[in-house]
Amino acid sequence: MGIPSKLRLEDLSMTFATPTGLFEALAPVNLAVDAGKFISLIGPSGCGKSTIFNIVAGLQIPSGGRVLIDNEDATGTIGRVGYMLQKDLLLRWRTVLDNIVLGMEIQGVPTAEARAKALPYIKRYGLGGFEYQYPSALSGGMRQRAALLRTLLLDNDIVLLDEPFGALDAQTKSQMQEWLLQIWADFGKTVIFVTHDVDESIYLSDEVCVMGTRPGRIIERMTVPLSRPRPRSIVNHADFIAIKQRCMDLLNQQYTKAELAEAV
Amino acid sequence: MTDTATSGPIAIVQSSSRRHASPKQYRRLPVAREWPTWVIVLLQIGIVAAIISYWEIGARIGLIDSFFWSQPSAIWETAKIFFASGNAYADIAYTFRSTLLGFFLGTLAGSALGLSFWWSKNYAAIAQPYIICFESLPKLALAPLIILVFGMGLVSKVAIAVALTLVVSTLTTYAGVKAVDKDSERLFYSLGATRWQVFTKLVVPSCLPWIISVLRVNIGLALTGSIVGEFIASQYGLGRTILYAGQTYEISLVWVAVTVLSLLSIAMYVAVSWLENKLTKGVMH
Repeated sequence: MGIPSKLRLEDLSMTFATPTGLFEALAPVNLAVDAGKFISLIGPSGCGKSTIFNIVAGLQIPSGGRVLIDNEDATGTIGRVGYMLQKDLLLRWRTVLDNIVLGMEIQGVPTAEARAKALPYIKRYGLGGFEYQYPSALSGGMRQRAALLRTLLLDNDIVLLDEPFGALDAQTKSQMQEWLLQIWADFGKTVIFVTHDVDESIYLSDEVCVMGTRPGRIIERMTVPLSRPRPRSIVNHADFIAIKQRCMDLLNQQYTKAELAEAV
Repeated sequence: MTDTATSGPIAIVQSSSRRHASPKQYRRLPVAREWPTWVIVLLQIGIVAAIISYWEIGARIGLIDSFFWSQPSAIWETAKIFFASGNAYADIAYTFRSTLLGFFLGTLAGSALGLSFWWSKNYAAIAQPYIICFESLPKLALAPLIILVFGMGLVSKVAIAVALTLVVSTLTTYAGVKAVDKDSERLFYSLGATRWQVFTKLVVPSCLPWIISVLRVNIGLALTGSIVGEFIASQYGLGRTILYAGQTYEISLVWVAVTVLSLLSIAMYVAVSWLENKLTKGVMH
């Protein structure tokens, strides 16, 4: 362990008190992510992906464990990471430009400066001409792009993306994936990406973490040994297929277990 | 039973043979015919003209008791005197002023109160029963008390108008506060926002459509409040004119004042609708 990890989760756990007793949403989770990596979390619903994100974003206090950013305790502090949800959450009363600078504005960057910083990116990433339009004028893909730019233009090294393309059609989704990879390469951020889509997670990531339920935990972490840039046809590559098969097996195991538990 | 069973197939055969004879008629989509605007307007004017003519003629031939109902020609004469005397403008201005003051104060204070509930769930929970109590209370019943406290002048009319408009604004704005998108709130906090930033950049803009939606209701309520205040005790105003004329059996003056009041109400309603439209366009995109 020469260089400390960008983000480290140490024995992170979350337990809720419910009327029927304690519910363990997250078993102690350990995860270390190196700077500039792209990591995906995949797993069935209820595996604690959102809980992990909420804790890392500081929106929830874990029952146990710590979140370390650059080896510094960041548990329960907000504004340290960029967090993007599936919904674009653009404010309809703000122009596209003013939506994109919202994050910077909140972090105290003067509005004029924030706008000046955002404008070139807006043009560069395919939103040119829409700066002064309202979000209602944008297509689904463009809205997601605006939301992503809002997240990426922050002065944060870590970005959490919670199924950002889950609601898009297949065509737009694949365009957005290309776009995300380009922007990730440009910005050099550390990305943690949650998705239900196994292909998407392997195609985008350096590493894939498969999660399990009851309690939520990481069951396997695998490195994707595919070089970048990756052509679309990489889905037919033997390594891709092998990882995909392994992910599917792990997930199916989970699903059957969950279904069995449901049936009992 | 057997009869119907045997007649069933026969009936089908018959109907199908009938269909052969004449092909089935399909219905056309019913289309509502719209008259041109000028026809509609002409009819609207015609109806008013008919009512006024019937009223005038009825009064002249003794069909309508003009002591109770007055008659259009007398009302017209009274209107001319009313406006010539100069009191008219003072009365209109008085009612207009108290209505507008009540409208703005009530709406602003109510909206501010509603928005304030966002700051603390505990405070909102404590305040809620009082708000509901005050809402269900017939506020006009308090009017005599308000007059006693605030005196016979303009302040008491404004106070009654505020009492009527405040609660509506408070409750609607509070509903807006409760409807603020939770995910957007999480987004703001994930960006490291302070409570004040969430309030000014998210809560207030989210609630504006709710606040605006109350304006038209409130202008009517404010006018009602002012008039009732004038009914109870006042030296000026259209409400006072109506009450005074009624008490002195000057029915035509009642009609004049009521008509002026209606026109005032329509004018304010139109102005507020315009304002609402402008504001909504500025807020929603």
